[in-house]
Amino acid sequence: MPGLIDEGQVRHIAKLARLKLSDDEVRLFAGQLGDILDHFKQLETVNTTGVEPLAHPLPVTNVLREDEPGEPFAPDRALQNAPQREGSFFKVPPVLDQGSGA
Amino acid sequence: MRVNGLEVEPVIGLEVHVQLATRTKLWCGCPLEFGAEPNSRVCPVCLGLPGALPVLNRQAVEHAVRTAVALNCQVAGFTKWDRKSYFYPDLPKNYQISQYDLPLASGGVFEFPIDHRFARVRLIRAHLEEDAGKNVHDFPGFTGVDLNRTGTPLLEIVTEPDLHSAEECREFAVQLQRLVHYLGVSQANMQMGHIRFEPNINVIIHADGREHRTPIVEVKNLNSFRSLHGAVAYEINRQVEAWQADGVTAASGNKSNRGWDDEREVTVPQREKEEAHDYRYFPDPDLVPLTIDAAWVAELKEHTPELPICRTERFISEYKVPAKDAPALVDDRATADLLDHAAEAGGDKATLAKHFLSFWARRANERGQTVAGLGVPAGHLAELATLQASRKINATAAAQVADALLGRRDAAGATTPSPAKLAKELGLLQSRDEDQIAGWVNEVLTKNEKAVQDAISNPKKLQASRGFLVGQVMKLSGGQADPKIVGELIGKRLGEIAGGR
Ligand SMILES: [Zn+2]
Repeated sequence: MPGLIDEGQVRHIAKLARLKLSDDEVRLFAGQLGDILDHFKQLETVNTTGVEPLAHPLPVTNVLREDEPGEPFAPDRALQNAPQREGSFFKVPPVLDQGSGA
Repeated sequence: MRVNGLEVEPVIGLEVHVQLATRTKLWCGCPLEFGAEPNSRVCPVCLGLPGALPVLNRQAVEHAVRTAVALNCQVAGFTKWDRKSYFYPDLPKNYQISQYDLPLASGGVFEFPIDHRFARVRLIRAHLEEDAGKNVHDFPGFTGVDLNRTGTPLLEIVTEPDLHSAEECREFAVQLQRLVHYLGVSQANMQMGHIRFEPNINVIIHADGREHRTPIVEVKNLNSFRSLHGAVAYEINRQVEAWQADGVTAASGNKSNRGWDDEREVTVPQREKEEAHDYRYFPDPDLVPLTIDAAWVAELKEHTPELPICRTERFISEYKVPAKDAPALVDDRATADLLDHAAEAGGDKATLAKHFLSFWARRANERGQTVAGLGVPAGHLAELATLQASRKINATAAAQVADALLGRRDAAGATTPSPAKLAKELGLLQSRDEDQIAGWVNEVLTKNEKAVQDAISNPKKLQASRGFLVGQVMKLSGGQADPKIVGELIGKRLGEIAGGR
């Protein structure tokens, strides 16, 4: 049967996730991801008429803290797992543009 | 407006990122500090380490709500957090915590004066999000990443495309900067990148009896009013010229991003990875929603000051301030508050404003302070203004009293004699004793026969001669004579002399 997710979609998601997949893996994951989605399809059988969409599973809101500074890491600690560093910077392959900003 | 012989109408919307004035980051307690050693203001939360527990900064929420209220937005009763996923070295979690379908605020309108009218810009939404870190490019063959900035709280404000020129964009930006600074929700320091603009620009061209819409361009990451104005002005021309050359109009999929080259003053196409905009937003499962009830909004509203545009208009009408001078009184909130307090304490308003704009501003400037920073109590400011308004001292004497006040305060600490006492001590109180002034007038008229003759026999010299005589009387009185009475008495005496009496 045709899966819920095709190989093109797997390649697209893999690219967004920066994963390099072999053709075999693409086929394998298309099947597995399709099975997972198929499993969750059962939820579609539930009657949700009049039920508010759920924003969060926990019945908790407003977990807030005061604007009081804590103790940050020293640069050495922050960088201890970095594959490469330069002074106090993380060192990464050259990035061409201006940064993602926000 | 006309561009290249065509009637065109630019259509511009703005996305603005405002850095909120908190001590710590949005989701962790790392201190915000500009220029700190790279990666010295980071922790497991802002480094995106597994198992980290982000907790929302209350102050950031309150600043966001304050801003939303001032912009006439609807504050959402229920708002939540979403992950915006993309891969970039300055984004350690590989997603940004932002808000997607339930933003903190929506709707709203911002009106600002421009060219003797009010421009009205509708707002689509305002939401909280975290900033990314910084890629540093000044290394040979690699990039350095500093994550001190990751997690800095930003308020993103998105307008409808209600702006129609580069000038309108700049003025909107200036007034918005003024507003957030006034509210105290942002340090709003442009040099430090606290406010960034991303205009969406296209142009409606009227030609051949039809409307042609050019493809939309978003110019990324503008951090000065000058570059915002420059980029929008450049794009309007470029898009009209491009349409004249290729006739391409807006269609789905042909929106593009450009950057601004500050040195060459041009926009340049930005390299875009295909699929760059597939952000796969989804609700952050680690972060609980936020509810903002009416009581919380009301509490924040209560502490909202009068906004700068309203206050400017009020100062112009209430304090009789020229429009061009009003911002100087308004822009520092403490100084504007002090002016209002001095008026409430009974000071004559027009005179107070004149004092604030003249000698108080000069003294503040010399000391690298604001007028409020001079620390003169409102009561003293009021008394000094009233002394002058009721003609007990003149304008020059008022400035002398002000200097004496500051001098005494500097020498003796907080308490100084009142302006009235100082004026008396310094012999600056004006004489309104008509007999005394008449004595001075007679003495001057006797000594200055030529001026008297000019005044009564030569109409062309009347003004100048009278002015000279008034000046002489003021000088003789040591500045104490009330100039108005002097003028009256001189007029009267000259009339008598001319009439041969
Ligand atoms: Zn942190």
